[in-house]
Amino acid sequence: MQFHKYDVVIIGAGGAGMRAAIESGQRARTAVLTKLYPTRSHTGAAQGGMCAALANVEEDNWEWHTFDTIKGGDYLVDQDAAEIMAKEAIDAVLDLEKMGLPFNRTPEGKIDQRRFGGHTRNHGEAAVRRACYAADRTGHMILQTLYQNCVKHGIEFFNEFYVLDICLTETADGPVCTGAVAYELATGEIHVFQAKSVVFATGGFGKVFKTTSNAHTLTGDGMGIVFRKGLPLEDMEFYQFHPTGLAGLGILLTEGARGEGAILRNADGERFMERYAPTIKDLAPRDIVARSMALEVLEGRGAGPNKDYVLLDCTHLGAEVLETKLPDITEFARTYLAVDPVTEPVPVYPTAHYAMGGIPTNVHGEVLRDNDHVVPGLYAAGECACVSVHGANRLGTNSLLDINVFGRRAGIAAAEYALAHEQLDLPENPAAAVEAQVALVLSEHGHERVADIRIALQATMDANASVYRTEDTLKQALHDVQALKERYARITVQDKGKRFNTDLLEAVELGFLLELAEVLVVGALARKESRGGHAREDYPTRDDTNFMRHSMYYKQGEALAADIRLDYKPVTFTRYQPMERKY
Amino acid sequence: MTASTAEQTSASGSKGSEPPVPEGAITVTVKIRRFNTEFDDEPRWDSFEIPALPSDRVLNLLHYVKWYLDGTLTFRRSCAHGICGSDAMRINGVNRLACKVLLKDLLSAGGKPTTITIEPIKGLPVHKDLLVDMEPFFEAFRAVQPYLINYSPEPTRERLQSAADRERFDDTTKCILCACCTTSCPVYWSDGSYFGPAAIVNAHRFIFDSRDEGAEERLDILSDKEGVWRCRTTFNCTDACPRGIQVTKAIQEVKRALLFKRV
Repeated sequence: MQFHKYDVVIIGAGGAGMRAAIESGQRARTAVLTKLYPTRSHTGAAQGGMCAALANVEEDNWEWHTFDTIKGGDYLVDQDAAEIMAKEAIDAVLDLEKMGLPFNRTPEGKIDQRRFGGHTRNHGEAAVRRACYAADRTGHMILQTLYQNCVKHGIEFFNEFYVLDICLTETADGPVCTGAVAYELATGEIHVFQAKSVVFATGGFGKVFKTTSNAHTLTGDGMGIVFRKGLPLEDMEFYQFHPTGLAGLGILLTEGARGEGAILRNADGERFMERYAPTIKDLAPRDIVARSMALEVLEGRGAGPNKDYVLLDCTHLGAEVLETKLPDITEFARTYLAVDPVTEPVPVYPTAHYAMGGIPTNVHGEVLRDNDHVVPGLYAAGECACVSVHGANRLGTNSLLDINVFGRRAGIAAAEYALAHEQLDLPENPAAAVEAQVALVLSEHGHERVADIRIALQATMDANASVYRTEDTLKQALHDVQALKERYARITVQDKGKRFNTDLLEAVELGFLLELAEVLVVGALARKESRGGHAREDYPTRDDTNFMRHSMYYKQGEALAADIRLDYKPVTFTRYQPMERKY
Repeated sequence: MTASTAEQTSASGSKGSEPPVPEGAITVTVKIRRFNTEFDDEPRWDSFEIPALPSDRVLNLLHYVKWYLDGTLTFRRSCAHGICGSDAMRINGVNRLACKVLLKDLLSAGGKPTTITIEPIKGLPVHKDLLVDMEPFFEAFRAVQPYLINYSPEPTRERLQSAADRERFDDTTKCILCACCTTSCPVYWSDGSYFGPAAIVNAHRFIFDSRDEGAEERLDILSDKEGVWRCRTTFNCTDACPRGIQVTKAIQEVKRALLFKRV
């Protein structure tokens, strides 16, 4: 075992982690522990843009952005947090530009902006040009720019260090975070990092689904670690299905395509979004578009030999727009489906994309241990966190915004906390739990293959907990996940070595996926209403009387099969009263 | 909607049974260079017979081996669609991302049996199988000051940049640092102290950015003996780039900037 001591430890090196590191690293001694090399993070896969009311191309203001975010989130958004995000969005974009991000430009040389789903002028009048972008590689540019600036500031990275536990020291006032424990992939060694602040920025858990835009590595590690510590997770039933994944593959095609004018059509060639969202049509928020697409297919109007997808028609945009503003998705369609968007419509279907829920935090990124108290020294930002600025459904571009605004806030808060506080002692034997976990996976205790369990998990989640859910499908999913957890207790891995044991890594990741899938399903069963990304066929309307509240989940005990306790947290309102969502 | 059980929907029969064979699959031979520095004295070749679909990515074949045949097979991968740059490897002798090469593009003509050869990228020390030490590659990247340098006072709003000035360095902003270019370069193979194409691409990205004021410092670094003059314009790098960056052209533009002392 090796021992390290820092002021601040940041776990994860995607957009939120590196944005936090740039702030923290200039104020306090900071280490970034990351499962992947920083530039491999999935922030790089984001395409369309990052919204901010710069008003560079038409009238706009951040209050409209706040409203759109709250309405887009089906009123489950904490309104104070949404206001902060929309207000700070402007500086967040300008900061990135000053760091070197190569945004597309207007003829006057300003940052160009384009339309995106759910972003409107004057509270829903019409779509507004608010998304700042760099072709369809905005996430790539953000990830590269943040990494470049980490290099500039000499941020210390521990690459391919897989964090498996955090250290909580009990005090009279409750638990305080005092460090993190990591498994070094190159050597199999365990490292204890003592720190005054720990920031989780570990991203999402899209790999609970089969059809997903998420990377193989997005297994919810940070959320899983927090949950196993007895700390709550929030709003996990709200999972976003992005409307335009490449059919059958799930690879993301940006909403920016529709922002540039692309149209969704069913097998009859009909522009069906006119029926579901008469005002902004194809630029309705993702939950509405995904549901509409699923309905078209369910009602027999799907395209293709199996009538199981719809078509994204970009043909009228012209080769130049596709090559200059949407080059990557044009290439994805050509490479993976052998379809040329210049001349043919592209087969698309909703793909599991983004977790609205996660580790509950306040607007400073401090992690909550219940509705009223934080865990001193523990922070979270980005997709793994739930502030909640996305409520029941995140608007397109607001994730890139979230990582920049709340990554920055968490980095500053973590460093300031570290500078103002003494280091507490670590709990006894801080590495013991991780050592035991690794030893257990490597020991011979069964014959179950990790891949079989993961594939079965993804299949049941796709079939039973996807865009539309019912009591029956969710009960089936719960039954399946619980049975898979039992099988997980008997897994075996072939690789028993210490050097880059990715067999072991996949086994550990699967444990987190099973844990989080169960929370998602338990939450979806309990929420007997339809709101945002959570659509219940058997409860098709929003029920503000009973469910205008955040869900909070607590693990009851240590075992993988331990019960989940469900509690609730009030939504924060400022000035926007819930209304029916029409677009 | 009706509920579907895990058993019905599972692609495999699971419980450690035979691995799944997708409908319409053909059998291909995948020959992989193996070397685990923890246990092995020298590298070897392992061959696997795999059922696969023409639409499968090479990454799918590697996953099939790892998940069903040999869990010790080790490689990096993440996004699986050519954006993260994790899975650069030598596929049938050329550097490619395993997630961007489809089986149908590798099939032998006339229905003959197909063998796909997969090796780690060259010029970087192998840690295990297809996974190499990326540190020397990132060291070269960091050495060229790959970040915007600007000494002027910051404006309150964005710095202005014309669309034409933005276009000037567009090609080199696409780099995902996968190392396909650098590890396809014969000069890099013979002399690891050469910065290599990827580092020069990332220097180019800033040298030709109208907002940047660090061109002189970077050009000084690149005119060093490990710098651009090592390039012999073999175009391997341009052929290897999965992002379609004109790598050799970018290197030539840096050379020209050095010769004529202007950007």
